Amino acid sequence: MNELITIIWLGGLLFFTGGSIGILRFPDFYARLHPAGKLDTAGQFLALSAVALYVLQDLSLHTFLTAAKLILIVIFVYITGPTATHAIVDAGVRAVIEPWVQPERRT
Amino acid sequence: MCSMTTNWKLTSFRLTVLIVFGLWVLFSGRFDPFHLTAGFICSIIVGLMSGDLMFTASPTRDILLLWMRLAGFLPWLFYQVFRANVHVLYLAFHPRLAQRIDPHIIEFDSRLTSDYARTTFANCITLTPGTITVSVSAVGRFRVHCIDAQSAAALPGDMEARIAKVFGE
Repeated sequence: MNELITIIWLGGLLFFTGGSIGILRFPDFYARLHPAGKLDTAGQFLALSAVALYVLQDLSLHTFLTAAKLILIVIFVYITGPTATHAIVDAGVRAVIEPWVQPERRT
Repeated sequence: MCSMTTNWKLTSFRLTVLIVFGLWVLFSGRFDPFHLTAGFICSIIVGLMSGDLMFTASPTRDILLLWMRLAGFLPWLFYQVFRANVHVLYLAFHPRLAQRIDPHIIEFDSRLTSDYARTTFANCITLTPGTITVSVSAVGRFRVHCIDAQSAAALPGDMEARIAKVFGE
């Protein structure tokens, strides 16, 4: 059981690492939001699932409640994440930031 | 008419208080009088402040059916989110990132008409990595920022059809 939890946890860390590296490597404001806003959803889903499973190992009402709270955090981030990402993109559009495009697309 | 809206406001307020208090009891995990009273007072305050937020739309009879169809839609969405996450993860570690990606904004018309359906669709697009909804116009024209052609190809496609089915459009 512990091995499985460790694997899920490491999977979550991989997505978080990818997100952080992606923010640094992507070329512009809009592109950076892709790894920033979204790799986190998979990352926190895996990481918090691992924590919930770890807590549930000795099953009782108390640990069940803790696990339920962790799952609720996952659900809230799935709702608020896209909303926040959209707000940032909207701010960029209002500030008239031109998206970075491949050279052959430039007119 | 006036008494009907008042009635609806009262029902909405009571339902909100009930749901919020239920969640309090569930998550505090303490059942002594002090915590229950404190929770009840807090629930009433929350109900007074935001009682008209939770049930804004006109009450529909098949709201339960809607939630059930939405529950059936979620596993597919999670699968898509996960698949797309792996794709962006692959891009983030790609050695020749600047040549591999092709960011551009696409526009398309959606056949979804209701606010709920459009909001859900816009949020689902943003949730699946590789695509971010930039704006939605009043006539249902979506502008979406895509990180590469593969992400752009998936839109509007299957996701729109499934959301249309959930909202019965």
